[in-house]
Order: sequence, then C-alpha cells, then structure tokens
Amino acid sequence: MYYRRTVSDAQINRELLDVVFRTPVWWVVIVSILGLLVAVFMSTFGLLMNQGLGLTGLNRPVFWGFLITNFIFWVGISHAGVMISAILRLSQAEWRRPMVRAAETMTVFSLMTALLMPVMHAGRPWRIFYWVFPYDFARGIWPDVRSPLVWDPTAIITYLTSSSLFVFTALIPDFAVIRDRATGWRKAIYGALAMNWRGTPQQWKLQGIAGILLSALILPVFVSVHSIVSWDFGVSLVPGWHVSVFAPYFVIGAVLSGVSAVLTLMILMRFLFKLQNYIWEEHIDALGRLLIVVAIGWHFLFWLDIVFALWTAESVETTYWQLRLLTPPWSWLFLLFYVFSFVIPTSLWLFRKVRRSFVWMFWISILVNIGMFLERLIIIVPPLMNKDAFTFQFGTYRPSIVELIIVGGTFALVAFLLLMFGKFFPLIPLWEEKEGQRLVETVKVGNVEVPAMIKE
Amino acid sequence: MANQRILGLYPDPDKAAEAMNRLKHNGFPAEDLDIYTGSPFPEGTFGEHEPQHRLYVFPFAGAVIGFSLAMLVTIGTQISYPLITGGKPILSIPPMTIIAYEFTMLGAIIATVVGILFESRIPRRTLGVYDERITDGFIGIVVSCPAERGRAAEQSLRASGAVDIKTEA
Repeated sequence: MYYRRTVSDAQINRELLDVVFRTPVWWVVIVSILGLLVAVFMSTFGLLMNQGLGLTGLNRPVFWGFLITNFIFWVGISHAGVMISAILRLSQAEWRRPMVRAAETMTVFSLMTALLMPVMHAGRPWRIFYWVFPYDFARGIWPDVRSPLVWDPTAIITYLTSSSLFVFTALIPDFAVIRDRATGWRKAIYGALAMNWRGTPQQWKLQGIAGILLSALILPVFVSVHSIVSWDFGVSLVPGWHVSVFAPYFVIGAVLSGVSAVLTLMILMRFLFKLQNYIWEEHIDALGRLLIVVAIGWHFLFWLDIVFALWTAESVETTYWQLRLLTPPWSWLFLLFYVFSFVIPTSLWLFRKVRRSFVWMFWISILVNIGMFLERLIIIVPPLMNKDAFTFQFGTYRPSIVELIIVGGTFALVAFLLLMFGKFFPLIPLWEEKEGQRLVETVKVGNVEVPAMIKE
Repeated sequence: MANQRILGLYPDPDKAAEAMNRLKHNGFPAEDLDIYTGSPFPEGTFGEHEPQHRLYVFPFAGAVIGFSLAMLVTIGTQISYPLITGGKPILSIPPMTIIAYEFTMLGAIIATVVGILFESRIPRRTLGVYDERITDGFIGIVVSCPAERGRAAEQSLRASGAVDIKTEA
C-alpha cells in the first residue's frame, strides 16, 4: 500500500536534499568516471568532424547507420519521461509523486543527446543551420519545409523547450526550499532561481493548474514528435520504411523503451540516493503492470508491420523481410531483439514477485532497451542494403569503432547529466511528496488498517 | 500612514486557521491577509479568499502567436524560393500543417509558463517579511495593515499561538 511511512516536512527536506548539501564519495567517483567517458565521446565527435564520415561504417547504399539508430533510440527514451509524468498527473495517480521529476529530467537529457546524433551524422554540422532556420536573408537560402529533415528539428525543439519548461516550473517551489537552507553564493543562486517564491495560496493553486495544463499541452506534442520521426522513414519510398503503421508503432515502441528506462532510473535512484522511504515495491509494480499493456500494444503493431508487408507478396518487401528474418547476422539480431524486448519481459512481468523485485526489474528493463536499440537498427539498416535495383548493389554495414564509441558515449553523457542534475536539484519533488504525505490517512476496517487518500 | 506587514509563524494548520479567523473577527479584511506554506494545502484550509487568475487566456494567446509565426515561416520560405517539385503546388499543405501544429503548441506552452509566472507574481524584487522555517512545515500568516493597527494585529497573531512574529516596515 502507498504511504506506509509517515515523514515530516523537515525530514523530507533533509532526506531529499542530502546529496544537494553533502557530496557523497560515490557521486565523485561515478561522475569522474563518466566525465572521462564523456571527454572520450566529445573527442571522438571532434575527430569525426575533422576527418569526416569516412570514419564511420556508412557506405553506399547504407547511408543511415548507428548514429541515426541512436537518434531514434534516445528520442524514444525521452518519450516516456514526460508521457508518464503527464498521464499520471492528469489522472491524479498518487504513485506518480516520486517518479515525475526524474522522468521529466530524463526526457530533457535524452532529447539533448538525441539532437547530437543527426548533427554528427550530417558530417558538417554547421550547414544544418541552413536547412533548419530561415535566417539567410542575404543569399535567399531557405529551409525546405516539405522535407522531413525540417519537421524533425521543429518537433524536437518544441518538445525539448516544452519539457525543459515543464521541469523548471515544477522546480520553482523546490528552489525556494534550497534557498532557505543554503548559505553564501548558493543562497544567491537558488534565490534567483526561486524568484522570491513564498508559497501563497495563489502560487500553489497556479502550480497545481500548471501541472495539469502543461501535461495536457505536452501530451499531444509527445505523440507528434515520434510520429514525425517515424515519417522520416514513412514518407520515403524505401521498401520496409514506406509503412502507414509506422507512426503509432514508433510512438508505442518509444513508450515501451522509455518507461523501461524510467524503471531503470528509479531503481538506480533508490539505490544510489538512498530513497528507500520514497521509492517502494509498489511503484515498480505499478510500472511493471503498465509495461505489460504497453508491450502487448507494441507487439500488435509490430506484427501488423510484418503481416501487411508479407500479405502484398511484393518481391521487394519479401526480399527485405527475408534479409531481416532469415539472413545472418540480421536473423540473430532479430531473434535477440524479439526475445529481449517482448518474450522475456512480458512473461516475467506477469508474476507479482518479479514486478516487486528491484533486482529482477532492473535487469529486465535493461534487456528491454537492448532489444529496442536492436529493433531500431533492424528497422533502419536492412531496407537500405538492397536498394540499387539496376546495379544489383547489395551493401553491407558494420559499425566502426568511432560509431561504437559515440553510441556508448551517449549513455555516459545522459548518466553524467542526470547525476549532475541530482547533485544540484532534488530528483523527487519535495512539495509533491509533502502534499502526498498530508493527504494520507489510515482507515480502520475490521481488523485491518487501510491507507486511504483524502482528495478534493 | 505607511502600511506594514507582520508575519506570524505557526507550527500546525489548525493554529494558523484559528489565527486567520481571529484576524478577520478583529476587523482585518481577508484581502489584507496572506498565507505562506511550504507545500499546497486544500483550498479554503485557512479560510483565505479564493485566489483569482486569468491563466487560461495565456495558452490561447500563445497558440495564436505560434500559429501565425508558423504561417509566416512556411508560406514565406516557399514563396521566397518557388521551386516546383514533381508538379506539386508551391504551398504544400501537409508539411505546413505539421510545422503549424508544432509552432502552435510551442506558443501555447511558452505562453502558459509566462502566464504561470505572471499570475504567481514572480519574479518579485524582494522576498519581504518571511521565515525560512516555512519550507520546513511551519505556516506563515501575513497581515498587511496601517502602522497604527500593527499592535492589534500582533496581539491577534500571538493569541492564536504564533511561535514567532516578524515585522517589515
């Protein structure tokens, strides 16, 4: 049951701001290691810019590889953050409280990381500005709004701005809490961020409305972003990509990988930040149940994609599916992806004991995301491999060491940014926790005491 | 005579509610009373006047601005470089719809956040009379009154069990 333990406002402040005011050794060690990995990642990025895309495994006709796969992957991860936060806020689900901030923050950092991928993939990133922003009045060079390559940045910049504002708005009351405890330059900085917030009824009322209103506004953006990303593929004429079901298929796939990532993050937060009083078995159980529904929905669209492609019996489609399903190494990758992202997780999530085990849920959530990365790779690369009908040119693709470092580096980057955020800001909203504590009551029914929520 | 603001600090909501009732009973109008808390309480907990706002106007205004900007960008760029592709019309509606949708939503969201800040009356130049214990669970009742009524306000606050009183001239 929820809210089994009563904690005072002062205790919530003390426990959730512990890392903000005291730097633990584990934080220094992990951030140093991640910082080193991020430095390697940035250096590799620099090398790629200097030497060009020849350092990647891209070759004719496979022009999209690991970097674009990684882009789709991180956009997907970013989706569940705000989605889960928005849906839980709109439905006023009480179990949202410990997870909304971390989920929203993960959205922001994942999106920022995702944005780096097409920039790197462009080879000459400075030229992207010509494609995206209408600023070159002198030469009359304008973005072509008919190109999905303009839709993508429009959608992602909208989502990134919205998510950042969403996080910032909910952080204002917590800035005030830190301001009231900090001294010296910290007090000045948090004071400026809190903008002299005092916590009047008017301010709290607006904070409550902000959560609902911004959630309602961000949810349609969330759906649009991955739909638009899917149309990068869907509006092309490449067999295997030219699929009408791609938009919902991508969106629900993003939710599956994103909610799994939220699960991974929650479990790591509980372990590293010692949040046992706030993140319980009930929370991961609820996420597990949500994931069963999402995984089954995703599975339905996944099979639609296959069935309708094979139903047409067009040679280009069957050739492409033959490559995907029957030709190594794609067949092996396909098997791994399917087992990792659907068979193992959905079977195990059916068991309550598994859903309430932090260890099981952690490793399953990692498996799902390995599977979902492979899914994106399998969607992107095989259709490009037999593109040239007249030259009979069948390409191969193998990621180079540079691409592997960049993809690995993005994981380090997101983890690094999340840990930095967790050092300076509370990963669980203090005011939401306090509000949740205030509204809990125990009702005695016969021989048992049942926790109950009091809500207007 | 200049107004002064007096803050009474209470350890629990019952005493704070009692203080509000006492102040109103002693002739301090509800509009001159304010409450500072470290987390949200249900509306009306302290018998405060109902907060008014016009937040819902902001997203609509933002959406209109966003949509107009989207039209300017999409129509402007296509007309400025009228390259016919595949015999299709210069102004292509489906991509314009996508960009217009994103700009409209972005405008609405930015305006909503601006509205939240504006209606919350932040940023403020100064914090005014305040106590840091408020974010630890204490409740602050603030009375805004002429200086000659300051003593009466203070007495009402103390009589209701204020653990501390602060005054800002």
